[in-house]
Amino acid sequence: MSVAVPSRGLPWTLAIPKPSAMPGFGITFGFALTYLSLIVLIPLAVLVARASGLGFDGIWRVATTPRVLAALEVSFVTSALAALVNAVFGMIVAWVLTRYRFPGRQVLDAAVDLPFALPTAVAGIALAALYAPNGWIGALFQPWGIRIAYTPLGIFIALVFIGLPFVVRTVQPVLQDFDREIEEASATLGATRRQTFLRVVLPALSPALLTGIALAFARAVGEYGSVIFIAGNMPFKSEIAPLLIVAKLEEYDYAGASAIATVMLAISFAALLAINLLQALSRRRLGDA
Amino acid sequence: MPIPYSRRFVLAAAGALGLASRAHAQTPPAVTLTNVSYDPTRELYRAIDADFAKSWLASAGQKVTIRTSHGGSGKQARSVIDGLEADVVTLALAADIDAIARQSKRISPDWQKRLPNNSSPYTSTIVFVVRKGNPKGIKDWPDLAKSGVSVVTPNPKTSGGARWNYLAAWAYELDRTKGDQAAAEKFVGAIYRNVSVLDSGARGATTTFSQRGVGDVFISWENEAFLILKEFGADKFEIVVPPFSILAEPPVSLVDAVVDKRGTRKVAEAYLNYLYSPSAQKIIAANFYRPFKPEQADPKDLARFPKIRLVTIDQMFGGWTKAQATHFADGGVFDRLYKPGGTATR
Amino acid sequence: MRDSATAEGTLARWALIAIAVAFLGLFLALPLLAVFSEALRKGFDAYLASFNDPDTQSSIGLTLLIAAIAVPLNLVFGVCAAWSIAKFDFPGKSLLTSLIDLPFSVSPVVSGLVYVLLFGAKGLLGPSLSDWDFKIIFAVPGVVLATVFVTFPFIARELIPLMQEQGTSEEEAALTLGASGWRTFLTVTLPNVRWALLYGVLLCNARAMGEFGAVSVVSGHIRGLTNTMPLQVEILYNEYNFVAAFAVASLLAGLALLTLVGKSFLEWRYGDGLSAVRRP
Repeated sequence: MSVAVPSRGLPWTLAIPKPSAMPGFGITFGFALTYLSLIVLIPLAVLVARASGLGFDGIWRVATTPRVLAALEVSFVTSALAALVNAVFGMIVAWVLTRYRFPGRQVLDAAVDLPFALPTAVAGIALAALYAPNGWIGALFQPWGIRIAYTPLGIFIALVFIGLPFVVRTVQPVLQDFDREIEEASATLGATRRQTFLRVVLPALSPALLTGIALAFARAVGEYGSVIFIAGNMPFKSEIAPLLIVAKLEEYDYAGASAIATVMLAISFAALLAINLLQALSRRRLGDA
Repeated sequence: MPIPYSRRFVLAAAGALGLASRAHAQTPPAVTLTNVSYDPTRELYRAIDADFAKSWLASAGQKVTIRTSHGGSGKQARSVIDGLEADVVTLALAADIDAIARQSKRISPDWQKRLPNNSSPYTSTIVFVVRKGNPKGIKDWPDLAKSGVSVVTPNPKTSGGARWNYLAAWAYELDRTKGDQAAAEKFVGAIYRNVSVLDSGARGATTTFSQRGVGDVFISWENEAFLILKEFGADKFEIVVPPFSILAEPPVSLVDAVVDKRGTRKVAEAYLNYLYSPSAQKIIAANFYRPFKPEQADPKDLARFPKIRLVTIDQMFGGWTKAQATHFADGGVFDRLYKPGGTATR
Repeated sequence: MRDSATAEGTLARWALIAIAVAFLGLFLALPLLAVFSEALRKGFDAYLASFNDPDTQSSIGLTLLIAAIAVPLNLVFGVCAAWSIAKFDFPGKSLLTSLIDLPFSVSPVVSGLVYVLLFGAKGLLGPSLSDWDFKIIFAVPGVVLATVFVTFPFIARELIPLMQEQGTSEEEAALTLGASGWRTFLTVTLPNVRWALLYGVLLCNARAMGEFGAVSVVSGHIRGLTNTMPLQVEILYNEYNFVAAFAVASLLAGLALLTLVGKSFLEWRYGDGLSAVRRP
């Protein structure tokens, strides 16, 4: 997936209908809406309905048991850290790919999308093999007593892997279109390179950067396939929230599983929404529209 | 060039459809059975299925194909409850088949009385696997609770074998203290404090211990322990047999609703009965399970099983239903061990 | 020295390149290398022999079949959604666009769970399906549905921004000249978006073949029947058949690489049309 930056303006706003000469609205819109409802909306509504069988109190009780809270914390904290690391290194990668010409640049550019295309189970097994105490990388850290696989550090590594393309792919096009003359102007006015970057370039990139962080974060919170192979799955330490959903299912506790799923869905959707709003605000402030 | 790509895609898709329809074309005169089983029985049922298909073709003149599905015992039971069409289930413990009977009513409640030996054609027990030379000197259950020992065992919530591991440790302390439940909880908690990876299934835990080099001791099914030595080399691992352990009885059952609907009751019953036949009992012992009728197995295979004092779940815990509810249900003893301040987290 | 005001010094430049290469090498190249080195650990013959297993072959067939169903479905949806969103104004357009993105932020486990809740034996529609003897969960339709769900936004996401940017003037011209709506779409719109469309199809296809979490919940893992390639990787891995597990994994990784090559080729050949997709 190439991450296209979400369309302009606030989400959820209503557009004003406008008569159009174009044909085919009824059939395409009707099909799209029906298909969306059948595949996505109705199934998700069933999930929420199943959880709401517990009532709000019930959902709250499930979501606030110490075990679930700890798992949510592990999921959200490691996802946030991974998203931040991806923000920093993703910026550098995007910068290098757009601004410099060097041998192998195109290979590097193509490779960025690998985590989108590589099956998560394969990624998980490969990462576990690399970062286990006897793996290529794990063995390097073993003498210092640092364990990577089967600790939260392992989860973090897996989440960095799967979130890597998001920041690069959102920042890259904006950087490509960025007007170099603005940088020249800044330099002419006596700004150092660092000042120009921090005060001129970075603010212009920040909406795209935020979108990338938000997408990487939302993806990481729900990730399962690559994480369970490397997490260790210890309650209160390295147990992620999606694993608890699976555990609840195996206790035949469908309502409990739906409750955790609903809470996760709500939190990551709220995070996405908040960042979308922030992004819309900063766009307006920069007058970039 | 993009056009050939799309042509290739269409060809590939057509090939896939062709493959699928060919697979279906074979089935009509023959019959298929689906055996939904737990993690470590893959090799066992591979051997048994081939043998049964041969004998069924000879005796009934019908070609039978057995499809298998393997995974954590609890997960497999959940799939059957959710509608996975299993003709027979061969799971790690009676509680999982009870759950199917109770939750979905697709299995008759008296299922366990239908076949000999509580419907367990084979049994096993729980032993330890350590690294070559046994550097930590593991000999018996208390050694697992010592500080500085790193233990690998799967999660009892998702793995049937892990529940046997847990109950074996509990039974040991209960036996030693003549029935002190509080002491047993403390003891088991101390072992779980030493656990460094809780994989979701027995096979995942085996890989973590044997391939990733994590842990000093791996609590394992006896059959799985032998398999580790066979697959990964006796030069790397050793089996340590504790003097006391639990008799693990993995049971089998028909799924009544499915065999009646599909009309496969006759062949499915024959399949389960076949597990008690001399040739199946021989295969069972060869695959490191303890046969129900040892006299029918190869004495060479039997000689590999050490003598252990084995207690049953009925003796120590009053049956699976009770053990499941007390220890592994939501908010049960196992959850209590892992509560903040629980004996496994201190 | 001339452009030092708008560019970094040579040292900083190479340092940044080194960081980028090291980061991508650590997180992308090494895992890929690990997959291939494990697959070839016992030599090329053992690698090839892994594909003789009929269960592995049937998992490859099933994966191809699923992609062959899921990708065209999402393709038709993507075109319809993009057409109605990009070419028309209507109330709730942003809401619709956001809802199309929803599957991106849903955990794969949850995507599987929703179908179990809907079609499982104890689910909402399960009992009536079982009366009609129609299997969805633990059969191919369930695996297809879960795959369609996780790959849902890919093609629509590629098309919407591009078609929005292109506007409606070309189509309107064609219509004025008397072309039918369908003909206008085929001769005007489609050529304008074909590379973005193909690009979306490539990524959708890669994800459809590689999905693990959602499929694992609804598949039932029956050998030779409902196991896809990623599930077969897990099964072989759990049978200590590491060479075969990584061999199947390498096939999937190879597919990922092929997708990337295809994508780079499209970008190189038709760079303008594609970079327009990326532009917000």
